Amino acid sequence: MEKRAKQSDTGIEKLNSKDATVIDAHNISKTYNPGGIPIRAIKNIHLHLSKGEFVALVGPSGSGKTTLLNMIGGLDQPDSGSILINNTDITRLSQAKLVKFRLHHIGFVFQSYNLIPVLTAQENAEFIMLLQKIKKFKRNERIDMLFQAVGLSDKKNVRPSQLSGGQQQRVAVLRALASKPQFVLADEPTANLDSEAAFNLLDIMLKLNKEEGMTYIFSTHDQRVIDRVKRVIKLVDGEVVSDKITDIL
Amino acid sequence: MWIFTLAWKNIWRNKSRTIIVLSAIAFASIISLPASSLKEGIFQNLISNIVGSYSGHIQIHQKGYWQEQTLENGFVSDANLTFKIRQIPEVEHIANRLESFALISSGEITKGAIVLGVDSIEKFQFTRVCDKLIRGIFMDSGQGLLLSEGLSNKMKKNVNDTVVLIGQGYRGSIAADRFIVSGIIRLPSPKLNSGLLVMPLTEAQHFFLADSIVTTTSLLLKKSSDLNQTAHKIRALMNKDHEVMTWEEIMPDIKQHIQTDSINMRIVQLILYMLVGFGIFSTIVIMMSERRAEHGMLLALGMSKLRLQLLLITESLYTVMLGSLLGLLLGAPLVFYLHKFPLRISGAAADAYAKFGFEPIFPTSTDFSIFLYQSLMVFIIGTMVSLYPLSVVHRMKAIFAMKK
Ligand SMILES: Nc1ncnc2c1ncn2[C@@H]1O[C@H](COP(=O)(O)OP(=O)(O)OP(=O)(O)O)[C@@H](O)[C@H]1O
Ligand SMILES: [Mg+2]
Repeated sequence: MEKRAKQSDTGIEKLNSKDATVIDAHNISKTYNPGGIPIRAIKNIHLHLSKGEFVALVGPSGSGKTTLLNMIGGLDQPDSGSILINNTDITRLSQAKLVKFRLHHIGFVFQSYNLIPVLTAQENAEFIMLLQKIKKFKRNERIDMLFQAVGLSDKKNVRPSQLSGGQQQRVAVLRALASKPQFVLADEPTANLDSEAAFNLLDIMLKLNKEEGMTYIFSTHDQRVIDRVKRVIKLVDGEVVSDKITDIL
Repeated sequence: MWIFTLAWKNIWRNKSRTIIVLSAIAFASIISLPASSLKEGIFQNLISNIVGSYSGHIQIHQKGYWQEQTLENGFVSDANLTFKIRQIPEVEHIANRLESFALISSGEITKGAIVLGVDSIEKFQFTRVCDKLIRGIFMDSGQGLLLSEGLSNKMKKNVNDTVVLIGQGYRGSIAADRFIVSGIIRLPSPKLNSGLLVMPLTEAQHFFLADSIVTTTSLLLKKSSDLNQTAHKIRALMNKDHEVMTWEEIMPDIKQHIQTDSINMRIVQLILYMLVGFGIFSTIVIMMSERRAEHGMLLALGMSKLRLQLLLITESLYTVMLGSLLGLLLGAPLVFYLHKFPLRISGAAADAYAKFGFEPIFPTSTDFSIFLYQSLMVFIIGTMVSLYPLSVVHRMKAIFAMKK
């Protein structure tokens, strides 16, 4: 069944509503309670993402970007609301099932501590496929193709410590999408990179978005990154204040 | 499986730290292994000295003999029974003895002596008479006897001299006869060395007018560790008229001494291993906090906690096993060297040893169980310290762990 496109809180209607739904978060809220003072990190957010979208989550520090991404990624639970990933409500999954779900359906790129230092770039990139018990020749085929695509073929057998920060994040992106998850989720993947490396990473993400149809949702502070993204969702105080689609091409 | 490869790579993440941990484990093994093998060797040596020199591992008597050691409490040796006992695979030697007292005299000098009749030199070999024969020969039959060194000195008698024995024979008769000294022996125990004389069993039975009577059937086993099970087998063969005693029952004080010392040793080892265990534990605690974010990341990616725990326990076990292997490799040659070339004691301790007739050496034992015990201890420690990473991972929440 095709999900109907939803009106976001800001009243902006989505364009590609007919596309296959990947993420459908409905009315989710999250309140933290440190020391008795409740902090409403996420307030009744609706979020709808279709296959192939490339979405940046922006907003001031403390606006709830990480909290929202963690909930979409099944790393944290909302207090209320539902999150459907490819028609599975992940808020209803048990912890053990959630781990499996993350492994098989969601790709992650983090800001730092992304790679396992004792493994080579190739081994890191195929790590998720390894966890998924995918056969060696299939892994190799996929990894070869991806390393070629991002121009890292000569770095396959190198350990992360011998890669630049940007190269490390590129390997992390490859790892996230190598197993073809529903979408790749990245919390400030470029925060530790200089702007050239940040652009480079963004280029690669866009390239793989185009070539593989990979869906991305990531948070960023970098205005120049934001300028190159098709859809930008802005959070302030746990609420979506704008959801803009700009045809940058 | 890739988890084992990854675990192996992980332990070399911080090379110097791993090397320190490995050295600590190896160090403990290097100390503990030769120490426990030395302790075990000394005890085994002690046991075989005592057991081999006189008592044997197991003795069979007429019931009541141990309480009152007289000829009247002897028994008629039964060839059929001897045959059955010889069939028991653990038994190395079986010897019949007749033991009693007599006065030995020659000219002006008269002394009390323990008279021991043994059934043949071969069977008595385990008592090391042959080793200790310092002059002359042992005769299987005929009126020749062996004098212990001390007795020979007291009597001022040497090989080929004649002595007279006077004693109480079986059932109150008077025993008296003339014997020729055929050899001089040196015995381990000072008491025996100054008061024992040995003659062929038939000769002793003849002298005491106690035909086919023996006081003790003494058994030597192939392995000291088979003691109780063999005693059990023999008890099953015997009727109620006999008592079967192990050397531990015959000499409970020595058994006690060995037990206390073993416990002391275990305690020292335990403390040593606990120190090493705490050392390993603290490095694991540091390692776990350093890698916390990474572990959080692995969980976030979708690695199950069970797999992460398996990875970490494998790392601990690799480290511990590697360390103990290193310890074994370094400690074992020392153990085998000290087995081949035992430590020799000198000075007062050596004299004390000599007084008991023991060679003043500290050999090590190369018993497999010692190596096994070491490895087992290390393995247990390894498993115990691995519980920490297991519990950390168990309680871990990915998003919190990934926060800086
Ligand atoms: N574990 C927590 N306990 C209590 N409060 C929290 C916790 N995590 C986040 N918060 C609060 O929730 C709100 C949203 O935080 P969040 O980390 O999602 O913001 P963000 O948009 O990712 O910020 P930044 O750009 O700095 O990363 C903030 O007010 C923050 O203080
Ligand atoms: Mg954040």
